[in-house]
Amino acid sequence: MSELDEVVGEFLVESYENLDRYDEELIALERVPGDLEILDSIFRTIHTIKGTCGFFGFSTLESVTHVAETLLDRLRTGELAVTEEIASALLTTGDTVRRLLEAIEATGEESDDDCAALVAELERLDTTGEPAGAPSAAGVSGGDPGEATAAPAQAGAPSDTSDSEDAASGADAPAGAPSPGGLAETTVRVDVGLLDDLMNLVGELVLARNQIVQLVAEDPDGEFAGASQRLNLITTELQEGVMKTRMQPIGHVWNKLPRVVRDLAVTCDKQVDLAMEGRDTELDKSLIEAIKDPLTHLVRNAVDHGIEPRAERRAAGKPDVGRLTLRAFHEGGQVNIEISDDGGGIDLSTIREKAVAKGIAGADEVARMGEREVANLVFAPGFSTASQVTNVSGRGVGMDVVRTNIERIGGTVDVSSELGAGTTFKIKIPLTLAIVPALVVGVDAERYAIPQLSLVELVRLEGDAAREGIELVHGAPVHRLRGQLLPIVHLGRELGRVEGVCERDVLNIVVLHADGERFGLVVDEIHDTQEIVVKPLGSHLREATLFAGATIMGDGRVALILDVLGVAERAQVVSESRERSARSHDDEPSVGGDARRSLLLVAVGEDRRAAVALSEVARLEEFEPSAIEWAGSHEVVQYRGDILPLVRLSEALGVATTSTANDTVEVVVHRHGDRQVGLVVSEILDVVDDHLSLDGTACRPGLLGSAVIDGHVTDVVDVDTVVATAGLPPPSHPEVAA
Amino acid sequence: MSTATQFCTFRLDHLTFGVGVDEVQEVIRAQQMTPVPRAPGVVEGLINLRGQIVTALDLRRRLELDPRPDGAEPMMVIVRAAQGELSLLVDEIGDVVEVDEEAFERAPQTLEGVGRELIVGAYKLEGRLLLVLDTARTVELVT
Repeated sequence: MSELDEVVGEFLVESYENLDRYDEELIALERVPGDLEILDSIFRTIHTIKGTCGFFGFSTLESVTHVAETLLDRLRTGELAVTEEIASALLTTGDTVRRLLEAIEATGEESDDDCAALVAELERLDTTGEPAGAPSAAGVSGGDPGEATAAPAQAGAPSDTSDSEDAASGADAPAGAPSPGGLAETTVRVDVGLLDDLMNLVGELVLARNQIVQLVAEDPDGEFAGASQRLNLITTELQEGVMKTRMQPIGHVWNKLPRVVRDLAVTCDKQVDLAMEGRDTELDKSLIEAIKDPLTHLVRNAVDHGIEPRAERRAAGKPDVGRLTLRAFHEGGQVNIEISDDGGGIDLSTIREKAVAKGIAGADEVARMGEREVANLVFAPGFSTASQVTNVSGRGVGMDVVRTNIERIGGTVDVSSELGAGTTFKIKIPLTLAIVPALVVGVDAERYAIPQLSLVELVRLEGDAAREGIELVHGAPVHRLRGQLLPIVHLGRELGRVEGVCERDVLNIVVLHADGERFGLVVDEIHDTQEIVVKPLGSHLREATLFAGATIMGDGRVALILDVLGVAERAQVVSESRERSARSHDDEPSVGGDARRSLLLVAVGEDRRAAVALSEVARLEEFEPSAIEWAGSHEVVQYRGDILPLVRLSEALGVATTSTANDTVEVVVHRHGDRQVGLVVSEILDVVDDHLSLDGTACRPGLLGSAVIDGHVTDVVDVDTVVATAGLPPPSHPEVAA
Repeated sequence: MSTATQFCTFRLDHLTFGVGVDEVQEVIRAQQMTPVPRAPGVVEGLINLRGQIVTALDLRRRLELDPRPDGAEPMMVIVRAAQGELSLLVDEIGDVVEVDEEAFERAPQTLEGVGRELIVGAYKLEGRLLLVLDTARTVELVT
């Protein structure tokens, strides 16, 4: 790199930084049009660029910045007032300058970008612009007219070549530009590549430390122990220190957002006030890059779809100016980012309809989902609720990409919304990706690391609980975790290392979440948690979607890091579970004839056994007897913000009961359409796959017949008839109930 | 490849192969390997080479030779390829030999299958043939 190139390089870096600030300041200026301090800073940015590019002979750049400077000067002296028009033109100037600088960076020369139109526009504004004191245009909130000086003084733009005085003053401008005083002396510009190298070295050190700590653990009394202890501490501190050098405040990404919001608000003819909290919240540089696009998308989305048009807001009794709040904070070793608007919120019923219409989920399944689950359908591929496709959003791409991008860096995104009051997106991402805490598990003598971000809880079952802990739904293994069915994945089988499932005395289930779904991963052993250094896999293993990378363990051996999403996809927990339930709805259970199907066995009364087709079962729940309330003449419980009517199966089937004082009330939740009903049984017994050969003699209303299952005579329940004859009140609507 | 005059030689089954010394970083004893489930068959596992994770490829399987007899300890030839460092599993390491360009002959047309693809040619050494491998192709991902 020649000396001149270096100078140009410095000029570029500095100009980019100044331009980032420039955008932000212009937006701020729109709000406080008379703020001289901001105006001065904006003026300085343009002035510096103009001066330096004159020095290098970049004439197009110089001509653009020159007219902009002239205009800014008149704003500064109060001859003109800031209008939306002027602000727009100045923002466009910033974009053009940036484009020109990028061309210079790429080719070393100016592009032949035609800026005549912009120059003409700026000149026009300079000559015809409203004098200060005139009412400010729409879109600018609050007009504080500057010192009014009537009638523009010097009209006509100066020519861009003959202005020798300006060129001269420009040449010495860069010296004045860097932030003055102490700050420059205490900071050093460091190449990011160097920081990356440092981070890698620290990673190596962490590994070496882990090895030494493990060696010492075998001989804890040796002289080595003390030194190892110190090494341990210093390494941890060094790791934190180096990680800090790569940390950047999230404000770096947010800087661009006021501009995005402003432009979009103007396009959509809305007024939006953007508030930002916690812009000093720091996260790793690589993550800053990675969240830029998803964040921008969510913000655009909030302005475009979230905040309603002015008329609608007025009708709803809200102020004209919509409010968009960005919040960032650290919590639990993660960075939390919240984007909330005070707009119309997400209409869950619309989401349900759309999801069904687009084939994303079955009607039956959508009806069964909780509110949060429904709201999160907006992240499903191919989903878009905007009935009109705008050039801003609503093309059905985007939200799923947002989620994919966030999950790629080990983060999660979640949406909650209140109809009429607004929507909040919550993003959680790790502080860094290079070194992550992980749970180490063992399968078939090999160890695998699971990033703790995906971890929900660990379940350990022993003895009979282990042997009976896993049941089958339609051939798919599930575990009943606190009354909810948790899909089970056998890691050994997914890895192709174990055939079939053997009965064990101890069952370790690692509960994970991926793509909004929870599932349990059965592993042989659970070792411990430790900080692991993530290393990429070679190109030969690019197809190995089960693994996110590899790491080196304390004993020097390599362990693979599981890609939780990859495992879930392979085991088809993520997408298949949807299809599966949709399918089971298609071949609507006609529990009759001689078909093999899954049945939930329950006890009714004291010794009667009954079976319910598993496809009719939404969930199994337990309630305290005290939770049962009365609505009219019916027993109900409050369930997930809704009222769940209860039907005692014993009464429906005419089975005598003695009032047994159970500790809990076992309920089979059945869902049909948008209606939920709880069937009270005395005990949940088992899930079986059976060929039903029905003996129709025992037929009475509510029964499909009887069959011999597991050596017992069992009544097969016709759930629809039972519900229909129970004379329940019309279905309650969640909105009303909640 | 064929322009190199010094070859690092190794045996696989009853055959002697060579790769240019400039492509070889080092030769080491077999390290403990971590198998990678669901990976292409040629991938034998991952090793820790001084803190770096290196993929080990089984050359016997790549060249479609019989599997290595049980209990036979393989050796590892670490080569620098376009994909980074890779470990090739071989039966036994031979000497580094210097060859005479005149002793080289291109692979015969009758060579079939994977050999035709991966073997550039042979040097006629005394009593044996040194088969020259096209390293870049050998370590290419087999799909």
